[in-house]
This record gives sequence, structure tokens and C-alpha cells, in this order.
Amino acid sequence: MIEAILTEGLIYGILAVGVFITFRILDFPDLTVEGSFPLGAACAASALTTGLPYPVAVLIAMAAGALAGATTAWIHTGFKVPPLLAGIVVMTGLYSVNLRVMGGRSNIQLIGHRPLVDFARSWVPGLGGEYAEALFFILFALLIVVLLDVFFHTEFGLTLGALGDNERMVVSSGSNPTFFKISGVAISNSFAALAGALACQHHGFADVNLGAGVVALGLASVMIGELIFRTSRIGGQLTRAILGAIIFKAIMFGARFYGYFAGITPNDLRLVTALMIILSLAIGKYRNRIVERSAQNAAMARKAEDNL
Amino acid sequence: MISLKDLYVVFNPNTPDERRALRNINFTLESGEFATIIGSNGAGKSTLLNVMAASIRPSSGTVVIDGEDRTNEPEFRRARSIGRVFQDPLGGTAAEMSVEDNLAVAARKGSKRFSIAMTRARKAQFRDQLAVLDMGLEHRMKDNVNRLSGGQRQALTLLMAVLARPSVLLLDEHTAALDPSNAEKVMELTRQFAHQYDLAVCMVTHDMARALSIGSRLIMMDQGEIIMDLREPDKSSLTVEGLVDRFRALRNKTLADDRALLSLPLGR
Repeated sequence: MIEAILTEGLIYGILAVGVFITFRILDFPDLTVEGSFPLGAACAASALTTGLPYPVAVLIAMAAGALAGATTAWIHTGFKVPPLLAGIVVMTGLYSVNLRVMGGRSNIQLIGHRPLVDFARSWVPGLGGEYAEALFFILFALLIVVLLDVFFHTEFGLTLGALGDNERMVVSSGSNPTFFKISGVAISNSFAALAGALACQHHGFADVNLGAGVVALGLASVMIGELIFRTSRIGGQLTRAILGAIIFKAIMFGARFYGYFAGITPNDLRLVTALMIILSLAIGKYRNRIVERSAQNAAMARKAEDNL
Repeated sequence: MISLKDLYVVFNPNTPDERRALRNINFTLESGEFATIIGSNGAGKSTLLNVMAASIRPSSGTVVIDGEDRTNEPEFRRARSIGRVFQDPLGGTAAEMSVEDNLAVAARKGSKRFSIAMTRARKAQFRDQLAVLDMGLEHRMKDNVNRLSGGQRQALTLLMAVLARPSVLLLDEHTAALDPSNAEKVMELTRQFAHQYDLAVCMVTHDMARALSIGSRLIMMDQGEIIMDLREPDKSSLTVEGLVDRFRALRNKTLADDRALLSLPLGR
């Protein structure tokens, strides 16, 4: 069971990375992922069934996700509407787009079209299928974290970080904040679509309803991750989001398999998600109060230092 | 060098709230010149800086920087020639980012590259520049900016504003929110950078005494107009009382309402 939790947690961890980029780095509450996650799955599934190789299918999925994200940011900046509204608009439209991408069907079965699973389960000789798969996704997630860590240390990446923190500073640095906002949300959604392209392989199908609730899932993962350890380093924060997704999936597995003791059915899992977010918020707030108290003491000390 | 020609700014034109915030502004500031701008609330000081920074587009007139007409460019493009520091010490930096990352974003104006921002050479350069501030920040480059005091943050903002060698430095009461000793320190750094980088500096202040003691030029504004433009040697021979008398003579009204704003002791 642990290897299954790991695999699923890591796949949805990529989604959590996307949610982390918009919600935490760009300070842009983005609902587009609700549509770009199934968009990634739909693109990958359609590309695979038309005979394209899986890496190409993934690239198509990521490009489509980026386009969806760019559209949301463009609506936000161009028409000066709140990010939430822009996200709802694009998410709503994507539902139809996803159906189109899947050729009018709401579901594509991928029996015989699971090259990723075939590869991941057999790439280490002598290791059991599911364990090899979990190992593959651990390394894959690690690669993503390293790549993004490097990216966020480039001039471009640092400017994205500054954008969410203080937009005025980006303007002062002579860069166009609109361009950076569009780029950032596009990058975030390309990762959501990548997660979708991985998920359709794992589940063995793409479904137009795959995106329902993924914003809450991603957000819960990010917030659970933030309870694990404190860090201001971007690599650590990305790792935290992925670990959060694994814990989230573990809790969900627990609720699904052992929930009947407490009368929890699969119908209740969304409520469990919502409660997990509220609980994370509450714990985070309680902990912040402690941190704030010690920070206040430090600030008093600094003030004294200033006056020297 | 920045030059404003026949500049007008009208807010809410053709409505009952119409207000002419700037009227017939003709003003040139050469590199190496340091102008202080004074005037009561609503005189148009901040609007003047906003037009120079392209935060506000003028209703008519032109803005010329280093010989180029740049009236109609967006704010972020204008920022490539301009450094700006606001009153709020929290306004110019990214709080959740480290000191060095803040500097890295400010160091190169314009399009950002996909290369690692913090090379060894750059880090050494930043360390030297932070040491100039004399606030110990060169030992705290990895610290997040929200761990710095207001004075340290404003000094860092000032450094970030001049780091990319702009032509013009705009200061909007940038020491007003600091305690006296930090205000003095940031002001001294301002003087030092202005000289070192040969900047055209425009500093808005409410403190008349400071406006007289700093810089090479003094601009007084009233109701959207520049009503006084003093250079050396007239400027340094003037006292606060003398300045008030000249204002009276010019506008035929008293500065009574502005006493507090202009830092005049009551009852004088």
C-alpha cells in the first residue's frame, strides 16, 4: 500500500507544485488548475491514442496547460478582474475544450496505452513492479524540484518571486509586471497539466471530471507541507509541497480503507479534504502566534541596535 | 538629465471634480544637480514626481530624459532610467526575499535573463556595496528583508534604486518615516550616492530647514505651479524665515496653515 500511496502522492505532488507557484510565490489564487489538470490528461490521452510517443504527448499537455494559464492571467491583467473570477471563466471554458480534445467523449480508456506505467514498473531489473514505479516517481519529482530550484534562482525566477511579494519593485526594476504574471501562471499550469498527463497513465484513463476538487487537493497539500518544517529556501518549499501531497494521499487512503469504522464513506472524502484545510489553517495560525511572540522580542532587540 | 516642457496634469477632466494638479511646468534638472522640492499639501509635489516616473501620464507637455522624448512610455520602461524611493520603508523591497535576492532583481534593469542571478563575482560586488551602507548588512545577505529594521530597509531600498545607475533619482519624503538618527544616516547616504553616480536628484520634503541645507537647488510649489526656483549661491544664504517671507511676497498670502507641515515653531 505504501508504494501505491507514494506513486499517487508524487503525481499529485507535481500538481501541488503548480498550486504552490501561483498561490504562494505569485500570490495569485488560481482556479485554472481545475481545468488544466484534466486538460493535461485529455491531451496526453488523445495524443497517445493517435499513436504519438508518450514524451511528445507530455509536451503537448504542458504546452496546452501553459496556454490555459496564460489565458487566465491575460484576462486578469487585460480586463482588470480578480484572479479568482478569471480562473472561474477559464476553468468553465476548459470543460468544453477538454471534451473537444477527447473527441466528444467524456472518458478515454488507456488500456494498452500506458507506456509510462509499463516503463516505470520494469526499469529496475529485479525490483517489484509497484516498488520500481514508486522509485521512478521519487526520482522524477526530485528532478522537478531541482530544475525549479535552479529556475527560481535565475534573474527571471527571482523576479517572479518579487512579483508576488511586491509588484512595485518589479516595475522599479524596469520589468513588465504583466509579462511576468502571464509567464508565472503559465508555468504553474504547465505543471498542473504535466500532473494530469502522469495521472491519466496511473489511473489508466482520462476523464473530463478528473479536475473536480484538485484546487482544494493542491492547496491542502501545500498547507500540510508547510506544517512539516520551516524553510525560506525555494527548494525546501517545493519539497514540502510534494511531501504534503503524499501525506494528503495517505490520509485519503486511510479514510477510504479504514473509514468505515467511523462510518466514513467515499462520499465523505471531499468533506475530509475541506476539514484538512481548516485544520492546517488552525495549526498554522496557532504556530504563527508563537513565532510572532519570539519575533517581537527580536524586533525590540534590533530597534535597540538601530539606535546605537 | 530630465526635462519637463509645458507640462499640465488635469485630474477628472470635464467633471465637477476637475482639478489641475500641475500647471505650465517647465523644469530641467541636469546630472549632478540635487533639487529639493517643498510646498504645502496639494501643491503638486508628488504629482510632479509621479509624472517624472511615468506613474501618471501628463495631460499635455513632454518629458525628455537624456535628450530623448519619453512622454508616452509605460512606467516599467521609464524605470530603466529612474530610481525611486518612497516614504514607506516597506514599499521598495520584497519582504519575503533575502537581501541578496532583492539586490539581484534590482541590479539589472529591463528584461531578465535565464542565468543564475547570484554568481560569485556579483555576490562580492553586492557585499562591497552593502558595506558602504555601514549597517552591517554585508553580513546578513541571506537574511530575509522582513528581518531588517526600517532604517536598514530604507538604506537597502536606496542602494537598490541607484544600483543600476539610473540618470534620475526621485525621493518622496524618503526619510520621513524614520527616527532622527536613521533619517540622518539615510540622508547622508543619499548625498553620497548622488555625488558618486552623478545623478539628477529630486527630493520632496516637508522639512524646510532640510530643504535649505541639502542639495544645490530649491523648488517651491503652490497650487500646481513652480513658484520659486532657487540656485546657489542664493539658496545657501536663505533662512527658513526668509523663505516664508518670499512665499508671502510671491503669493500674497500667509503660510499659516502650513506651519506644522513646514516645521515652523508655532507663534513665530
